[in-house]
Amino acid sequence: MAGLELLSDQGYRVDGRRAGELRKIQARMGVFAQADGSAYIEQGNTKALAVVYGPHEMRGSRSRALPDRALVNCQYSMATFSTGERKRRPHGDRKACEMGLQLRQTFEAAILTQLYPRSQIDIYVQVLQADGGNYAACVNAATLAVLDAGIPMRDFVCACSAGFVDGTALADLSHVEEAAGGPQVALALLPASGQLALLEMDARLHEDHLQQVLEAASQAARDVHALLDRVVRQHVREAALLLGD
Amino acid sequence: MLKSKTFLKKTRAGGVLKIVREHYLRDDIGCGASGCAECCRTQEGPALEPRPRDPESSLCPQPHYLLPDTNVLLHQIDILEDPIIRNVIVLQTVLQEVRNLSAPVYKRIRDVTSDLSKHFYTFTNEHHRDTYVEQEQGENANDRNDRAIRVAAKWYNEHMKKITADDNHPQVIFITNDIKNKEKAIEEGIPAYTCEEYIKSLTANPELVDRLACLSDEGNEIESQKVIFPEHLPLSKLQQGIKSGVYLQGTFRASRENYLEATVWVHGDDEENREIILQGLRNLNRAVHEDIVAVELLPKSQWVAPSSVVLQDEGQNGDDVEDEEEKENTLKTAINEKMLRPSGRVVGIIKRNWRPFCGMLSKSDIKESRRHLFTPADKRIPRIRIETRQASTLEGQRIIVAIDGWPKNSRYPNGHFVKNLGAVGDKETETEVLLLEHDVPHQPFSRAVLSFLPKMPWSITEEDMKNREDLRHLCICSVDPPKCTDIDDALHCRELENGNLEVGVHIADVSHFIRPGNALDQESAKRGTTVYLCEKRIDMVPELLSSNLCSLRSNVDRLAFSCIWEMNHNAEILKTRFTKSAINSKASLTYAEAQMRIDSATMNDDITTSLRGLNKLAKILKRRRIDAGALILSSPEVRFHVDSETHDPIDLQTKELRETNSMVEEFMLLANVSVAKKIHEEFCEHALLRKHPAPPPSNYEVLVKAAKAKNLDFKTDSAKALADSLDRVESPDFPYLNTLFRILATRCMMQAVYFCSGMDNDFHHYGLASPIYTHFTSPIRRYADIIVHRLLAVAIGADSTYPDLTNKHKLADLCKNLNFRHKMAQYAQRASVAFHTQLFFKNKGIVNEEAYVLFVRKNAIVVLIPKYGLEGTVFFEEKDKPKPRLAYNEEMPSLKVEDTEFHVFDKVKVKVTLDSSNLQHQKIRMSLIEPQIPGVSGPTDSTTLNTDEPEKKRSKLEN
Repeated sequence: MAGLELLSDQGYRVDGRRAGELRKIQARMGVFAQADGSAYIEQGNTKALAVVYGPHEMRGSRSRALPDRALVNCQYSMATFSTGERKRRPHGDRKACEMGLQLRQTFEAAILTQLYPRSQIDIYVQVLQADGGNYAACVNAATLAVLDAGIPMRDFVCACSAGFVDGTALADLSHVEEAAGGPQVALALLPASGQLALLEMDARLHEDHLQQVLEAASQAARDVHALLDRVVRQHVREAALLLGD
Repeated sequence: MLKSKTFLKKTRAGGVLKIVREHYLRDDIGCGASGCAECCRTQEGPALEPRPRDPESSLCPQPHYLLPDTNVLLHQIDILEDPIIRNVIVLQTVLQEVRNLSAPVYKRIRDVTSDLSKHFYTFTNEHHRDTYVEQEQGENANDRNDRAIRVAAKWYNEHMKKITADDNHPQVIFITNDIKNKEKAIEEGIPAYTCEEYIKSLTANPELVDRLACLSDEGNEIESQKVIFPEHLPLSKLQQGIKSGVYLQGTFRASRENYLEATVWVHGDDEENREIILQGLRNLNRAVHEDIVAVELLPKSQWVAPSSVVLQDEGQNGDDVEDEEEKENTLKTAINEKMLRPSGRVVGIIKRNWRPFCGMLSKSDIKESRRHLFTPADKRIPRIRIETRQASTLEGQRIIVAIDGWPKNSRYPNGHFVKNLGAVGDKETETEVLLLEHDVPHQPFSRAVLSFLPKMPWSITEEDMKNREDLRHLCICSVDPPKCTDIDDALHCRELENGNLEVGVHIADVSHFIRPGNALDQESAKRGTTVYLCEKRIDMVPELLSSNLCSLRSNVDRLAFSCIWEMNHNAEILKTRFTKSAINSKASLTYAEAQMRIDSATMNDDITTSLRGLNKLAKILKRRRIDAGALILSSPEVRFHVDSETHDPIDLQTKELRETNSMVEEFMLLANVSVAKKIHEEFCEHALLRKHPAPPPSNYEVLVKAAKAKNLDFKTDSAKALADSLDRVESPDFPYLNTLFRILATRCMMQAVYFCSGMDNDFHHYGLASPIYTHFTSPIRRYADIIVHRLLAVAIGADSTYPDLTNKHKLADLCKNLNFRHKMAQYAQRASVAFHTQLFFKNKGIVNEEAYVLFVRKNAIVVLIPKYGLEGTVFFEEKDKPKPRLAYNEEMPSLKVEDTEFHVFDKVKVKVTLDSSNLQHQKIRMSLIEPQIPGVSGPTDSTTLNTDEPEKKRSKLEN
């Protein structure tokens, strides 16, 4: 049985995209009223919900408070119905912890934490449907949520994944492409400055190809930025209208 | 760009799983016709011609494109590959179906598509907004695909109408062999034809019809309706049976000597029943050599012994099975309980491994007949029935034929004509045939491959000298056979200040030019080895590298990989070091020249002293190696003197061995062993090594029996014992006996193979008596050496690594290919020698020569003529002659013909003629002259038949 052909000779991927094309992205800000900030994003079939509380006083042990900046607390979870087979534990497993740490690193780099010493910012992200690029969707959703909460940031953080198949870098991998087992890079970018907030890869990829994959991922992240920017402006316009301004 | 999306749901076995996948439909996929205004995208790569000038077809006079269905692609790929067929639209749906059904066809269609002159275009219809079709309720996947294909065909026709203003717009013709699909297409207004209809309508090219695969049921009239073979079981039943152990799965290997016999190599680790014997047409049940089959073991009472009869399929077109039964019975004589082997019968085919076969047409006796039998060159392949109208033109030509199927009521498989290679006996045709038959990639290097060659003029740059030692001042020379253009090794030896000797082996640095992963590298890896034929060399790397930049010619700067030892005068290694280097060889010598320099007392220049030093050390090294148990084997090697004009062989010469041959060999072995140690030390999991397994004791049976007959005691329990035994073989009045024993010993050996050190734990090289060995010294002609170079370069920090180099599974796959290519190269070489021997005897006429018996078979003896290094079989049973009394003694082994008994190593005299009665297999026929056996041996020139004479001769021989 022949395996799946990830990239056809004509340059189309399994789902019909070309190598550098993103999946369809739809996003909404301010989906919950109770939270300080919230956002919902769909990247293809990957759907994520992000909620932000804070900045507020330290909860739990006060000793964790940082004297010079705010503590960013991230929690990642996946809904039990998010994957093909039902998940038994929605959060708290190793993968979720790791993802939480990665998110925390990403947002510590982006949020101006020094403005809020000895306080805490909570970011809760839940993946409702997983179809590849979970990290990227979470970061993008969380960015919108943080913006919604009105917490000052250096810049948007836009994330995207990229893979490498037959000498070509593929942007925004779907679950099928991820499952094929090739190398995958997750990259979070501050688009204005071009700085990387996070870069992660846990497969073997030859040095010579790395540049190409990074390029594809950052280009995709810039494309994501353009979309998110549009969503934020749209949201602000709507909010302004509601305020009767 | 992203238009919409739909969901495809799938369930998989073992728990229902809902799979949701996105499927984007696009509006930017072009129709492929260049210059199409509607699609307004400049097509890269292959595109359809705007005005296809197709071959004239009586069915559709308009210009047209073809749109084939999956079944056409699968079965009629030969037609599509024909240069006449152009402007074909291959739908993505079709391509995907082909991909799932047949990998070889998929590869071929991809090759065709990439050929720009063919104008094949792949239309991604599944992602096109207008041609995407959703599976309907109650519709199976096949029907959906058929519908998708029709929808695309329809869209194309409408699209063509839209883009061309005039009436004469190109038509898109749907070609399908599925009658139902065709009917539906016509209903929907799509011009549709079957492949046969279309090809037959090509009035200008009637010869294409022959290349049609015959799949249809029509035309079975000649075949008897009698069912000859038992039905094959369906795959599902086979899998069940294999799981439960009722059936065994294995590779079918037909016997070269007997068309009614085959063995099946059972896959798996089970030590017992590894090999199953199949005898008789019905038990073989339509399996073809190399097929993966399922076999059922027969009850013990029906087990048979491997017959030592040589049988060739000579029957005519007819399907007379009775005849076959009679022949089958001849196999079953001489039942000896001990000889019985597990026997079985084929119950089903798991995977066919058919490829196109080379061979010749055996024209039917009936003059007007269009059905003929095709006889493949490979005797393990059954004859194939083909249909052609050009039988008279194809007669006497080498042709290629593909098998289409083998119905159960047909004695022979059905096939179709693919390609004409040229006239039989023509040197180029024959070379082509033997390259094709041995699967040797021999096409000229593609442009993509050549693009990775360095630009000329080439010189060593600063960049190249990084991580490289400059050894240009050393007095290095190369020693090779005459006329060698791919010099991959050079040597030097000099005395150091501390009195020790420095010996260097410098190997062409091919890995500097062939970078991992590029097209050049892939092509070399695929070729695996350079193949040397008698008058031709099939290079592994392009000539610029093999004969120029990598060849260590004299007086030019070349890059090398050096292995440098410091030795004392007893040839004990004190220090070993490896380095990439730049060298400048001072002389390229032949073995003879080098020998002359060493021997002549008057020459005392640097090169000569260097050679003398090397020679002295080599002798010590060789002694030491032999003491350790290395074998010195022998094979009859000959070299042809070729006429420079006609390239016909005019004379033969056995290869001469000089001291210098063994001198070079000794240092190459030493370098290989040193490198093997180093890379294994550094990469214990991913070193590419070469091993030579010790043969199982049973292999030596022939040798031991033969030795016993000569009153010699042979020990074969270790390499050392064998070497000593071989050394002891001496006979004052039979000086050639020692060589004969060595030749026979060579035949007992196992094949040496490459392997990845992480996948095996037995590294021993039996023949060289070395615990570890690899190939380092010939990177120009062997790919294994390139990998070893890369490993070593990484080990000494001279080059960077890459992922595949340290992936043991990739490396193991590579080894598998290399081993296969090496084996095939060897066979091709032998076949080439055999062909030239034939040419030689054709010019020479009939000769009588002395020969020695090598093997004794049930109805024949295999003899070797030392003068020509020629081996041949003398049959004692001929078709139209009375059969002599034959008595075969398994134990000795000996064969008694009438009153004369033959043993291994007996001296005989044979008449050598070229038998051209069968054009396909022109062969050297040998018939016995001495000892004379009435009714068997041909008359000697004097024609006096003296029955007493052979007796005398024999008694003389048996001293």
